[in-house]
Amino acid sequence: MDLIWDGLGEAVRIIQSGDFDVWEIVVRSIFVSGTATAISLFIGILVGSLIAFNQFPGRNLAFSLVNTGMGLPPVVVGLFIAIMLWRSGPLGELGIIYTPTAMVIAQTVICAPIVTGFTAAALRNLHPRLRSQLYGLGASRLQMLRLVLWEAKLPLLAAVMAGFGGAISEVGASQMVGGNLAGDTRVMTTAIWLEVSRGEFAPAIALSVILLVLIFLVNLILTTVQQQERR
Amino acid sequence: MKRWMWMALLAALSVLVIAGCDDEEATGTPQATAAATQTARATAAATQAPQATATPTPVVRGPKDIILATTTSTQDTGLLDTLVPIFEDESDYNVKVIAVGSGQALAMGERGDADVLLAHAPASEVALVDKGIAINRQLVMHNDFIIVGPEDDPAGVQGMTAADALGAIYYNGATFVSRGDDSGTHKAELALWKKANLDPAGQGWYEQSGQGMGATLTIANQTNAYTLADRGTYLAQKENLELVVLVEGDPVLFNIYHVMQVDPEKFDLVNGPGGAAFVEFMVSDATQAIIKDFGVDKYGQPLFIPDAGKDESQLTPQ
Repeated sequence: MDLIWDGLGEAVRIIQSGDFDVWEIVVRSIFVSGTATAISLFIGILVGSLIAFNQFPGRNLAFSLVNTGMGLPPVVVGLFIAIMLWRSGPLGELGIIYTPTAMVIAQTVICAPIVTGFTAAALRNLHPRLRSQLYGLGASRLQMLRLVLWEAKLPLLAAVMAGFGGAISEVGASQMVGGNLAGDTRVMTTAIWLEVSRGEFAPAIALSVILLVLIFLVNLILTTVQQQERR
Repeated sequence: MKRWMWMALLAALSVLVIAGCDDEEATGTPQATAAATQTARATAAATQAPQATATPTPVVRGPKDIILATTTSTQDTGLLDTLVPIFEDESDYNVKVIAVGSGQALAMGERGDADVLLAHAPASEVALVDKGIAINRQLVMHNDFIIVGPEDDPAGVQGMTAADALGAIYYNGATFVSRGDDSGTHKAELALWKKANLDPAGQGWYEQSGQGMGATLTIANQTNAYTLADRGTYLAQKENLELVVLVEGDPVLFNIYHVMQVDPEKFDLVNGPGGAAFVEFMVSDATQAIIKDFGVDKYGQPLFIPDAGKDESQLTPQ
């Protein structure tokens, strides 16, 4: 138990002192996972609305594939992206292995199916006659999509929360494609992993606390917006 | 309606996306230019080829990034955290340190996924040199392996030779945590079992952590088990451990680190000049002096003994 108290003390110390190394890691985590979430939202809305609004053969298969993607093991994604991006791999020429870009790609692969799944479900649950009514009022396809997305904005927020949570809390993929390079690709989860493997538990616990508080804050803000809207 | 909240959210999101693009440009551009200059150099080299014999070739600089694949012990002890920034300042290269077991580090070298390797698995390293993949292999430093275990020493191995100690652990069925990750330490451990004519595989008391030295020491500590560790990582983590050193000083427990380049002739993307610069840095007098003092202030004794320029056969355990 002493470890936990030491860790909490360390967390308070870091937050008070503005320890540069740690804040840099926190900012990088938010940045990498935020970018991945933003890209995933774009992909999610595109693919999600395509499979939610269109009848086509294999639609159920598409839904199952997206739902499978929602549970993609990050370490498998990491391995696959690493094999692609290693110099010996097919995309080795790009030279982006062990960069934040590679981490954004890996996290997007993890995050996009989550956002897509939530989006597709949200759009499918809208009132079935909403779309025919909008068309009846003379809305173009693009206008229709905008209005429908506006209608589904609350579940879309849930999609963003779930996606961001998935991206920022994964460790396997970031470790493999990012390499956990200090000052370059080290994010909170990989930093925690490193400190634990070094037997430095206090900083690991401090970082864990900061990570939890961060995820909580993001969800608090988004939930507040959701609730305001519902009222 | 609280439209402003939505606007704020949208704004925040777009800032992220824009920042994302910026970063990708920022990281992309130097690589693109590096690639461009590389091709430019290649063409220049091609056109200049006939003159090359006449004029002394200028020092060719490769891309700015170097990938160093290394054993976990050099990272877990913090040695590379000290050395790499110095090298980066001096040389203007950017080193990407990928800390994995020696086995995986050598495998990365074998595929051309790294430029320079720092490892402590001499037999496997020599095999890589014989294959013509590793070049410029140089002795950097050594420390020694130790057998650590719980203070009450249930198998009674204290002060034994390494082979006898493993025998005592084997016949007492005392818990032993192996790295099990094909690292340099794991290879050394397997060689010791072989030397003792014992095969622990499949025994109930023989655990394999599959993790780095630091994590393995933590597991051994938690389970009151014996393990083979390099002295550097053990000292660096000693304050968190109840394990004590039980076997040391046996000449077979010798742990030698070499640095070597991956042959740029074999792989298009390997950074030859960068790898050569790092090898040179590791065996330079200044670096060797830092290695000599590394850890003394914190642990009261050095974690590694610098050996550059020595003959491997002259070394004796600390």
